[in-house]
Amino acid sequence: MNLHEYQAKELFRDYGIAVSEGIAVSSGEEAEKVASSLNVEKWVVKAQVHAGGRGKAGGVEVVSDLKDVRKFADKWIGQNLITFQTDTHGQPVNEILIETCTDIDTELYLGAVIDRASQRLVVMASTEGGVNIEEVAEETPDKIFKVEIDPIQGPQKSQADFLSNSLGLDSTQCSEFNAIFDGLVKLFLEKDLSLVEVNPLVITTSGNLICLDAKINVDSNALYRQEEVEKLRDQSQEDPREARAAEWDLSYVALEGNIGCMVNGAGLAMGTMDIIKLHGGEPANFLDVGGTADSKRVAEAFKIILSDENVKTVLINIFGGIVRCDVIADGIVEALTVMGVSVPVVVRLEGNSASEGIQILDDCELNIIPASNLEEAARLAVNASKGEI
Amino acid sequence: MSILIDKNTKVICQGFTGGQATQHCIQCIDYGTQLVGGVTPGKGGQTHLDLPVFNTVKEAVNQTKATASIIFVPARFCKASILEAAEAGVSLIVCITEGIPTIDMLEVKVRCDDLGVRLIGPNCPGLITPGESKMGIMPADIHLPGKVGIISRSGTLTYEAVKQTTDLGFGQTSCIGIGGDPIPGTSFIDVLELFENDASTEAIVMVGEIGGTAEEAAAEFIQSNVSKPVVSYIAGVTAPPGKRMGHAGAIIAGGKGTAEDKFKALEKAGVHTVKSPADIGKGIAEVTGW
Repeated sequence: MNLHEYQAKELFRDYGIAVSEGIAVSSGEEAEKVASSLNVEKWVVKAQVHAGGRGKAGGVEVVSDLKDVRKFADKWIGQNLITFQTDTHGQPVNEILIETCTDIDTELYLGAVIDRASQRLVVMASTEGGVNIEEVAEETPDKIFKVEIDPIQGPQKSQADFLSNSLGLDSTQCSEFNAIFDGLVKLFLEKDLSLVEVNPLVITTSGNLICLDAKINVDSNALYRQEEVEKLRDQSQEDPREARAAEWDLSYVALEGNIGCMVNGAGLAMGTMDIIKLHGGEPANFLDVGGTADSKRVAEAFKIILSDENVKTVLINIFGGIVRCDVIADGIVEALTVMGVSVPVVVRLEGNSASEGIQILDDCELNIIPASNLEEAARLAVNASKGEI
Repeated sequence: MSILIDKNTKVICQGFTGGQATQHCIQCIDYGTQLVGGVTPGKGGQTHLDLPVFNTVKEAVNQTKATASIIFVPARFCKASILEAAEAGVSLIVCITEGIPTIDMLEVKVRCDDLGVRLIGPNCPGLITPGESKMGIMPADIHLPGKVGIISRSGTLTYEAVKQTTDLGFGQTSCIGIGGDPIPGTSFIDVLELFENDASTEAIVMVGEIGGTAEEAAAEFIQSNVSKPVVSYIAGVTAPPGKRMGHAGAIIAGGKGTAEDKFKALEKAGVHTVKSPADIGKGIAEVTGW
């Protein structure tokens, strides 16, 4: 789950991590009021969406007139911001963060992430802040300094010192950095985060450290014990179909093609998308019905798949391990009957109770195209999507 | 021969009396697994599936001499359950449960390694040595005792590989789903090493997916340490960057972890790759000449 910048900065404040003074607003009027209450002459106004690349897309501006604060808010609130990280529709802007403007001397980078290779929480810092840190990591990896936090020992002062020395900070800045480092690690572990990024972390012209941006991803698996964080969820930033799927414990990702997929297991769902592509088709979605699918969830999965108008064919690929194919078959028949599905539906059932499932499909009067293996299922679905069946 | 489990392995189940655990334990027993008891706190002294129930893993291990545990407890209790099993002296833990917070796994992994305990999973289908023993949720009847070792990050794709190698008559020595989470207890490399050292395993199938660099690390390991033929498929060529594909680990982040990168690394290491999940069995036939 992603947080907005203003939400991430609230958490930063709670953990003693230095951020600019700022308040999020949801109307132009409020924007003007808040900006004037900050009692400064220059503001940074930032559209709040779950996507990077806001600056280049016009979603961040430095303004020095209250009227321009209002103009920015009026322009963006209620609009969609399209950046290189969003799809072509962009993400809706419901809030603007109004912040005091910081005079920047140097831009640094600070990040923390679960590193799968070392199986540790890794904190990274670099003097190359403000630019695309992925490029820096790729081209000049020696400019990124890393420390691995031992899950038993916890963070060490020597690790913070190593990073601050690597960044070439002076002694005052070192102690400021250590406070940020400690706060960041504590925040990460206590709130079950999966990523924190501060880009840039800046040295101001007066020589102090401050986090100008804040990006936080939360581990969705841990939300059961992070009630406060879960309240920060903004469903307007999520694809409505993906959100609806999540309510049914279905894992759905919308794609651009026309063959709707319903598969059990994430790996096989990706494999099914791949084989569709190999046969010259385009998958319309990723959908994992999971290990405990029943007829209701199969019906819901159908609804979500068919709510995508591009879908011309549905391919159902079930390899029953935990899930029983006869239960899935019942669900398919029920959903097709109730919904009156008009597109061709190709079904491949294998594994747990597959023969019973196939029998159920054979016995029904619906337009179901059976497939006896994955290869055939993909071929039939691609043909059907091209109107060749 | 086989790796990790055989017909003599004594197994207990944690979360024994729960619905999922019961259903799968019945199937494991039917398959021949030596399930010798189970653990459900508060239900010690009872009998379930004609087997004794204990309050703690320690008691279960003392009484039954089990060396392996399969875990079905809910995600929020898994950290405690895995650590309890590790400290009680079992040498193999299989955790089926999905949805464990990653931060829990950081500590679990270190503690299991320190204690010398092999953890498979979490979020995995488990493992099976066909014809002997199964500690997992895979459909038993697609397996055939034989000569291919199978490792996969995905459950149902493992079944796909199993079915194809069974249909072609090759069979399997052991099949292991290591799970789709960011911090798995056991890596591809761990299992590759076991298969390399297992005399009955003549060829290996490795099924990977997008996200992380575990396949790249495995490719390096194969190049210098594995003499047996390896066939590999990587799922997720069509997955868009930045979107999590179901598994917590399956996401292309910052341009890293793409299927193309993984295919390239594996091919460089001499691995026979297949681009379709339907061609895994065929791939084994090609590299072995069977």
